[in-house]
Amino acid sequence: MNKSNTGLYSLAGLAAGQTSEAKADETRPWEKTTVVGRPIPRVDAYERVSGSAEYPSDVSLPKMLYGAILRCPHPHARVKSVDTSQAEKLPGVHIVATGTTPGFDVRWYYSRDSYSKIFDPLCLFEGDEVAAVAAETPYQASDALRAIKVEYEVLPAVSDEQKALDPQAPKLREKGNRVGEVEKYSRGDVEKGFAEADVVLEQTYSTACEIHTTLERHGCVANWEGDSLTIWESTQGVYGVQGGVARTLGMPLSKVRVIGKYMGGGFGSKLDAGKYTVIAALLAKRAGRPVRMFLPREDTYLAVGNRPPAHMKLKAGVKKDGTLTALEFYCLGTGGAHPAGGTSLNDNLVRDLYTCPNVRSEMTDVFINAGPARPMRAPGHPQGAWALEQMMDALAAKLGMDPVALRLKNIPTVSQAQPGNPPYTSTGLRECLEEGARTFGWDEARKKAEDRHGEGQEADIRRGVGMASALWVVGGGWPPATVIVRLFADGSVNLNMGASDLGTGTKTVMAMVVAEELGVDPNSIQIEHADTGTTQFASPSGGSKTVPTESPAVRAAALSVKKQLLESAAQDLKLAADDLEIQNGEIVSRSDPAKKKKITDVSALRRNAVVVGVGYRGPNPPNRSINPFAAQFCEVEVNVKTGEIRIVRFLAAQDSGRVMNRLTYQNQVFGGVVMGIGLGMTEERILDKEQTGKMLNANWHDYKIPTALDVPADMTCVPIDPHDTEANSTGAKGLGEPATIPAAAALANAVYHATGVRVVDSPISPMRLMRLFADRSKKES
Amino acid sequence: MASKKDKDSRRGQGSVTRRGFLGVVGAAGAVATAGTLDAKAQPATVIKSGETVPVKLSVNGREHKLMVEPRWSLIFVLRDKLGLTAGKVGCGRGECGACTVLINDEPRYACMTLAVEASDSRITTAEGLMTGEELSAVQKAFVEHDAFQCGYCTPGQTMAAEGLLRANPDPSIQEIRTGMSGNLCRCGAYPHIFQAVKKAGEMKRAKGGLS
Repeated sequence: MNKSNTGLYSLAGLAAGQTSEAKADETRPWEKTTVVGRPIPRVDAYERVSGSAEYPSDVSLPKMLYGAILRCPHPHARVKSVDTSQAEKLPGVHIVATGTTPGFDVRWYYSRDSYSKIFDPLCLFEGDEVAAVAAETPYQASDALRAIKVEYEVLPAVSDEQKALDPQAPKLREKGNRVGEVEKYSRGDVEKGFAEADVVLEQTYSTACEIHTTLERHGCVANWEGDSLTIWESTQGVYGVQGGVARTLGMPLSKVRVIGKYMGGGFGSKLDAGKYTVIAALLAKRAGRPVRMFLPREDTYLAVGNRPPAHMKLKAGVKKDGTLTALEFYCLGTGGAHPAGGTSLNDNLVRDLYTCPNVRSEMTDVFINAGPARPMRAPGHPQGAWALEQMMDALAAKLGMDPVALRLKNIPTVSQAQPGNPPYTSTGLRECLEEGARTFGWDEARKKAEDRHGEGQEADIRRGVGMASALWVVGGGWPPATVIVRLFADGSVNLNMGASDLGTGTKTVMAMVVAEELGVDPNSIQIEHADTGTTQFASPSGGSKTVPTESPAVRAAALSVKKQLLESAAQDLKLAADDLEIQNGEIVSRSDPAKKKKITDVSALRRNAVVVGVGYRGPNPPNRSINPFAAQFCEVEVNVKTGEIRIVRFLAAQDSGRVMNRLTYQNQVFGGVVMGIGLGMTEERILDKEQTGKMLNANWHDYKIPTALDVPADMTCVPIDPHDTEANSTGAKGLGEPATIPAAAALANAVYHATGVRVVDSPISPMRLMRLFADRSKKES
Repeated sequence: MASKKDKDSRRGQGSVTRRGFLGVVGAAGAVATAGTLDAKAQPATVIKSGETVPVKLSVNGREHKLMVEPRWSLIFVLRDKLGLTAGKVGCGRGECGACTVLINDEPRYACMTLAVEASDSRITTAEGLMTGEELSAVQKAFVEHDAFQCGYCTPGQTMAAEGLLRANPDPSIQEIRTGMSGNLCRCGAYPHIFQAVKKAGEMKRAKGGLS
């Protein structure tokens, strides 16, 4: 798992991917578009709403069995014995597998150097895999799990990351509970910076551990034909799953086919194969039958990833005029029981969002007895924003300065965190702040809220307005990506790409790019995607890099088809190719529109009955940084008697480069805000830290994600397009992740504005808020 | 445990009483849940894992006679026995609404409904909203307003919307938010869902209330 974490999200990977000495794609972004940018409903909308879309969990094969996994109920335990005799006798049960079952003695790598057995006798977290079954119905599979008798030696566990480094804490590794060295970063001289400051503030912050809780549970259907394995997996990247399964089982890539055309949500937790994928494959092999393995909801809380909790301390210095002079950041986090980036990128906003000459950060990642993390929508960034953006709000209050004005004072033009300080290809941060504040009516709303604080009739309701901004560490995309566009004999088009469409609208956007170049209706394009057997390599859809990675490759493939057509038509018409263009299914001379030829009559197409264009993703421009930016604004009502918060409205101004589809763009932005509302208001993994160490809320009833009643109907999306001509040939930057980064911090700032209470620990639950009100009353009296 | 009150509270929701429900479910499987019941509630008959009973289901206007284990949920039978996979399983415990179907025009969680409970009821799934290949008003409005992302919760959302509009043809935004609040969307498409349900109401009213 960790391998692709680092590939996608680490700054080391970024240096290789974002900046390159190789020659960039010379195609410039469109100056005018006719299809790209329009609010077009999705090309696969019919399939998704009619229910005809086949998700991996819908796949049903003849003779298919249902798999299920027995998991350790303790956070730390040694399996002393497993008795499967009763389970094997139950009706409908075909396989009961443990670590000693032939074929199941397989290593699973959580990272390059951290592995466990598929069924390891040493269980390091609640939910660690102990045994598995395959039966004729899911009910019989559950019966079998309950009939397996396991004797555990329960070991002392550490479930509190803040106690993991105590000398007496139980150790997960012989060397102790540190994951590698403390991650350090420094530029300038922070002591000097603090000395120069007029105001210095210091504050601790924390964000709770979040769980992805994708609607479609993690899992797959696995089927063998001889030594060839086919897997239908709910995944963000079929090639990621193929690689993981092939490595784990020692198979060539050509013998592992992974298909994932539709999938019900990933948010970073489905970038690659899971242990469940391999277990399903091994059960299917042993049973000689296909196996469908989708985890129960409870298991998805325990064992398939989370956003790590973050404990942060931030010290900031600022001059009277709002110039930042120094930032110092400490963070402790945990990726659970295996190395999984427990503090990954938490300091990136402190390092890069605002101009600041003196910055220091130190981050410590520790092991605890809990499920391993996986990347979750903008890893590290919502956590960092929670700290930095509340700090900016506090600095503004202390200076008597407007929070928007303070941010405008410190807008960066170069990426200070990266070696050589590369300039941004575009930065719309200023426009996000200015245009966002203007559209929101920031000044009036702030004033109105402040004027109403004293009103008698609404004595229990306080209104507040807050904002926060963000950047996202990547989002420029990078190679490789290979895409094929084929023109059929009748002029209709097939688009072939390996990328998954998580519901972000990837297929729709790519069809629009082809339509832009070839003049066809995007809905008429046949799309073949996310199948390692039939489509070309694509890295997993994550990191908000899918559109900026794939769309230039799609455009290159479409342009290749176009070039071949125009050159052939030029010969047919005895004209120069650069005099020709495509109009409504015809190739027409610009200089003499009477000279034209139907696309279907062009020799190149008539000769082969197909024109094939292959497009590759070229490298990014050298020594440039490509980042999306955002500023979000919200208004809340806080009931000071109950601690309840009603979000009145939200506005998100986003610079993600070109708007590829106004409708899906807005949907992504709203979805990001909604997920940020979850971080800010309700979501928290609760471990029984003092006693059993078990998770106490491994279900949607007790772990609350936003519902229709928790989000405002009044939401506004303000796209900021800085017309980035350098980033890539479509001018698009990533969107999905930056949209969620500032939302929770904006809420916290609005709650402060409403009540004067700063909630530095997430989530802002009514209980927490009431406690803070009570603490304040005590202090005052 | 199986008091009259319990029986009454379940009236009209299916053919199985609470006592009968515990009877057939408690005995299934290898672990006896009967241990948690008092003596009075001991089941009269014990049905073993793998043993089935006949059930008649009316789904999307078509009668299906099939054999089911009494413990099978309606969503399992719809998806895995009848091949109607539009409705999804998100949690299997009545939290997310991905399995929502209409039972006698009311949105119900098909993961919390046993197949045997649903006999003699009119069941409508997302497949049943369609007229042949044509989408219903609610489905069309969901397309037009892009009221979904991954689409996994969508068939359930559309059934909740359809049920809401059958009961309340012209809901306010607040009524829509309440009516849709039993269906989770982790992608967070709620603002577009609100717009789509509003639009679907208009479309249905224009057609005299038809889907």
